[in-house]
Amino acid sequence: MATLTLDRKLAILSDAAKYDASCASSGTKKRSSAGTGGIGSTEGSGICHAYAPDGRCISLLKILLTNFCVYDCVYCVNRSSSNVPRARFSVEEVVKLTLDFYKRNYIEGLFLSSGIIRSPDYTMEEMVRVAKSLRTEHKFFGYIHLKVIPNADPDLLAEAGRWADRLSTNIEMPTDVGLEHFAPEKRPAEIRTAMARIRGRLDEARPEGKSRSKPKAFAPAGQSTQMIVGADAADDAAILNRAAGLYSGYSLKRVYYSAFSPIPDASSRLPLKPPPLMREHRLYQADWLLRFYGFSVPEIVAGGEGGQLDLAIDPKLAWALKNRGDFPVDVNRASRETLLRVPGLGKTGVDRILSTRRHHRLRLDDIARLAGSIETMRAFIVCADWTPGGVIDSPHLRARLTPRPQQMELFG
Amino acid sequence: MIAIRLDGYADFAEWRGHARALLAHGIEPSDVAWIGPDAFEQLLAGDAPPPAPAEAVTRVSPDFLEKAEAALCHRDPERFALCYRILWRLKGDRNLLEVASDPDIVRLRQMASAVRRDAHKMTAFVRFRKVEIADEAERERFAAWFEPDHYVLERTAPFFMRRFDGMDWAIVTPYASAVWNGQALAFGPGGRKGDVPSEDAVEAAWTTYFASIFNPARLKVAMMKSEMPVKYWRNLPEARLIDPLIRGAREAEMAMIERAASQPPARHLRQAGREADSPANATDDFATLSEAHDALASCRRCPLYEQATQPVFGEGPADAEIVFVGEQPGDQEDLAGRPFVGPAGQVFDGALAEAGIDRSRVYVTNAVKHFKFVPRGKRRLHQKPDGSEIAACNVWLSHELRLVRPRIIVALGATAAQSLMGRSATISKLRGAPIAREDGSVLFVTNHPSYLLRIPDRALAASEREKFIADLALVAQAIAGPAAAADA
Repeated sequence: MATLTLDRKLAILSDAAKYDASCASSGTKKRSSAGTGGIGSTEGSGICHAYAPDGRCISLLKILLTNFCVYDCVYCVNRSSSNVPRARFSVEEVVKLTLDFYKRNYIEGLFLSSGIIRSPDYTMEEMVRVAKSLRTEHKFFGYIHLKVIPNADPDLLAEAGRWADRLSTNIEMPTDVGLEHFAPEKRPAEIRTAMARIRGRLDEARPEGKSRSKPKAFAPAGQSTQMIVGADAADDAAILNRAAGLYSGYSLKRVYYSAFSPIPDASSRLPLKPPPLMREHRLYQADWLLRFYGFSVPEIVAGGEGGQLDLAIDPKLAWALKNRGDFPVDVNRASRETLLRVPGLGKTGVDRILSTRRHHRLRLDDIARLAGSIETMRAFIVCADWTPGGVIDSPHLRARLTPRPQQMELFG
Repeated sequence: MIAIRLDGYADFAEWRGHARALLAHGIEPSDVAWIGPDAFEQLLAGDAPPPAPAEAVTRVSPDFLEKAEAALCHRDPERFALCYRILWRLKGDRNLLEVASDPDIVRLRQMASAVRRDAHKMTAFVRFRKVEIADEAERERFAAWFEPDHYVLERTAPFFMRRFDGMDWAIVTPYASAVWNGQALAFGPGGRKGDVPSEDAVEAAWTTYFASIFNPARLKVAMMKSEMPVKYWRNLPEARLIDPLIRGAREAEMAMIERAASQPPARHLRQAGREADSPANATDDFATLSEAHDALASCRRCPLYEQATQPVFGEGPADAEIVFVGEQPGDQEDLAGRPFVGPAGQVFDGALAEAGIDRSRVYVTNAVKHFKFVPRGKRRLHQKPDGSEIAACNVWLSHELRLVRPRIIVALGATAAQSLMGRSATISKLRGAPIAREDGSVLFVTNHPSYLLRIPDRALAASEREKFIADLALVAQAIAGPAAAADA
């Protein structure tokens, strides 16, 4: 094989990495290079240093160590039967690239993943070497996210968590049957076992109430996973059930939903058309309702039809339209839990309502000022000078609140 | 009318000095003209400001200080007057800041949040270029030109100091500049774009990365522009690629879709050949526990495999005389992949020791091998397996019993009893007496140890624990005197 230039390798190995949705660099413990002569810091919230025209944040240098892979997962651009160009970085090349980018303030850190070469252990070891070298030889304090090879040695996993801020193990498919169909070499139980191991380590690293001894740091930004949406026949109910199961079992920070996207040299077993990007968006909204708004999976799913979320309107609005008997809600009296269920009202808006109404009764223009837009909300609330009357029961309400199709769907 | 002339664009201490003096003299906000360096009318005549007071004039909340400090960095020339007006109003209404719908508070919030956003965007969009220096041994040196919307350099520079300790850097903006030399952060006058290098060799790699990480099949230009507003583009090296990437996106996507799957590379075919030669999967006729254990990993006999982490097989000596059968793995057993390691397992271990049974010589397993639960936020709530799940899983328990061939089997709880007896069972009726099985072994039935954990009443819990230990003591006796058990 002809030797590839570094630039060509970078093109191949970042192109191959773009199907991983996560670019988060937030939620880790605060670190700083101040006074160390080193480079890097983490400040709690992440920073998106650029945005690509796909609307995705570029926060990390997201690359593969190599896109050679012995696995043949149908949905993956790097599967062993594909003819995409292949390349491999050395550990030192990745380290230098990360530092070069970081010093110019292009990135928050590194998200390193890899195809499986030789063995899961060998591949994981190489990834751990990159992280260790950055931390120990280069005094790098920036963010590091390492992808976990599920069946690598648990000791390697422990070491990965020592250097990395976040670890992730992709569940890939919403159902085990889907995964085994598309990824014959992957074992769903192995993936979940890796997550369970990481959770165990995370629990150990959490300081106990009484114990004075400081536990060893382990992946302070926790773990996450990704599911591909629309490559198999799994419906939104299956996807959200899987997500709720994962959140409850493994202390996951995030589940990422990645709309299946056409890949070069695609397998004939994949669907011809990608799912609408709106489906992915609705799943993220549903995920938020699940985690922060007190909704359960059955409630969210019941807002749509036949196990699928409503693509035309957001899942909270869809739920409210099917539960009109719960509305209107009096914003001057309702509990926090009830307010969180009002369509068009977010967490910040709810907090502002709760703080302001202690001092005076809220009128509709107050709500408009503290919650942004009241277009959706007004049909569902009562305040000092406003009641929606019969609007809530109007058969036209849904049509009125359905946003016009936007540009993005032309490409969906 | 009093005219206050300010030297700083966003000097909070300077504003605060004046504001305290005005407040001490009871001067109404409408009688003050605040003239910052960027005011529209610099030559406004007015009375001299009053002298500064000797002591504190009022106490304000940290919340106000924080918002005012941010809002004073806003480029709106009204910023000084707005903050003073709110300060004045706070004297009469201590809760003013909590009235999120008050127009002054709305404006303060908007200005503070615009400044925070601009400061945040500065941490994101500053692009350093390396300053080439002759002496390689010196610290690396970088410089950046940045044009913020508001006066945010001073409040943002400490971020760069924390982040880039190990290199020298300078950030030049039109109104001020900041320099870090590894020892101290210094601010100076504003400058021009020409003050920083016009290129950097690494920018080529960065633009390659930007173009490659972009997915042409998911064009969302509006989203990009809202997060990376066009006004910043002129100082971002990657931004010149945006237009060509958008123009080529549709074509690139179609090219990907149209490139049909081609013949797999030779490397893949060689590997596939090797795998086809490997031995076939084991059949159902397991000769050892470990064979059965391996096969359990791919069990799909009921839907529980889908949400559980992994199946949990039994554990213990393959020639154990006693097999204990529980209900199903719990949360911790599911995570660890081992039976009886959670809270119920600890109760079990304690009771076993009291009954005089050596834990290391018994085999422990469950009637159902996967954890059944419902998710509740960050926790999983245990659910009892139903009849079909118990029946589906019985085949694995049967394999274990056939291979271990114990003299005594102990069913812990109703689920285990149901699986072992083939019908639903009431523990209170069955406990305390051995039941002979067709294969010559003997079955004892008792509670599941988790039952003891769920009893809220302490006295009842203690007496139930005694009964549990008494049941286990019967098992210990039966092992010691085989004749007694066989006669029963």
